[in-house]
Amino acid sequence: MNAAFRPLAALIVGFVFAAAVLAPISEVRAQSTIDKPLENPVDEKRALALHKLLRCLVCQNQSISDSNAELARDLRVLVRQRIGMGSTDEETIAYLVDRYGDWVLLDPPVKATTYVLWFGPAIMFVLALIGVIGFLRRNRTQPTIVPASLTVQEEARLKDLLDESGETNK
Amino acid sequence: MRLGYIIPFVLFFALAVALYVGLGLKPRDIPSALIDKPVPEFNLAPVKDHKLGLKSADLKAGEVSIVNIFASWCGPCRVEHPVFMALAKTGEVALHGINYKDDPDNASNWLARYGNPYDRTGADRNGRVGIDWGVYGVPETFVIDQEGRIRYKHVGIVSQDDMKNKILPLVRELKEKK
Repeated sequence: MNAAFRPLAALIVGFVFAAAVLAPISEVRAQSTIDKPLENPVDEKRALALHKLLRCLVCQNQSISDSNAELARDLRVLVRQRIGMGSTDEETIAYLVDRYGDWVLLDPPVKATTYVLWFGPAIMFVLALIGVIGFLRRNRTQPTIVPASLTVQEEARLKDLLDESGETNK
Repeated sequence: MRLGYIIPFVLFFALAVALYVGLGLKPRDIPSALIDKPVPEFNLAPVKDHKLGLKSADLKAGEVSIVNIFASWCGPCRVEHPVFMALAKTGEVALHGINYKDDPDNASNWLARYGNPYDRTGADRNGRVGIDWGVYGVPETFVIDQEGRIRYKHVGIVSQDDMKNKILPLVRELKEKK
């Protein structure tokens, strides 16, 4: 070997050696943290769709698809594993709901306790609409008040008053 | 007719009260889906340098127990740690720790330095058991009854006050039932 290449060769050997020593360590670390797509593109597509439906419980208003939190990553991996094992979308969701409750779903399910949440706004809107329509209709049907015409006596008195003021002003 | 003018004020007042109460709620307190359910099935090896591991059967052995999820990387765990040390000293209730996503050396050093209040420890290296427990933030603390059902979940630091006024009264109540 040429003397000039020796340092380079030593460096390469060093890297290879370091890689061999460190590899098992990084593998252990990677066990829980790796976030790589599934090989089957159809499964991966399903996993990504599910990620968007699931709440990151640490950051609360992000989906696990958007979040960098460690728990979100763990849940992404978990969803992929469940799908890889052949679970349906519903089974995968149910698995997480069993552990974290409905809160893990970004869209709360429609059930007795969430009726107000789902239908409240529509009911409020309808009530407001009824109120507005009622208000407008009442205003329209109310006859405009036409002042009654003056009686003969009143006409005469008015005339007197006008004449009087006309005189004093002169 | 007069009443019609009062309705908007009443509605406004009700809304204001509801929103004010909402301001005081802690969004971190997510109701656990696991309350009154049996503890999840798991079997964890002990934290490095410790002898007794933790598995579901240990929590169904007929005694009330407390399970604390902790980690050496978790600052708040350090804050609540003295509360658990004090509890361990009284020996009033079995106390177990699940070490969540921690490095074995760090976990072992942490317990060596600050003291180990736990009867049993379980090392949940990849956090999978944590997910089964519905853990979303460390520290979390669970109260388990004699049959191994989760009866209470506390998220965040357990203060002395929480221990005295929430956790211990429940532990005593559960104990009396048997």
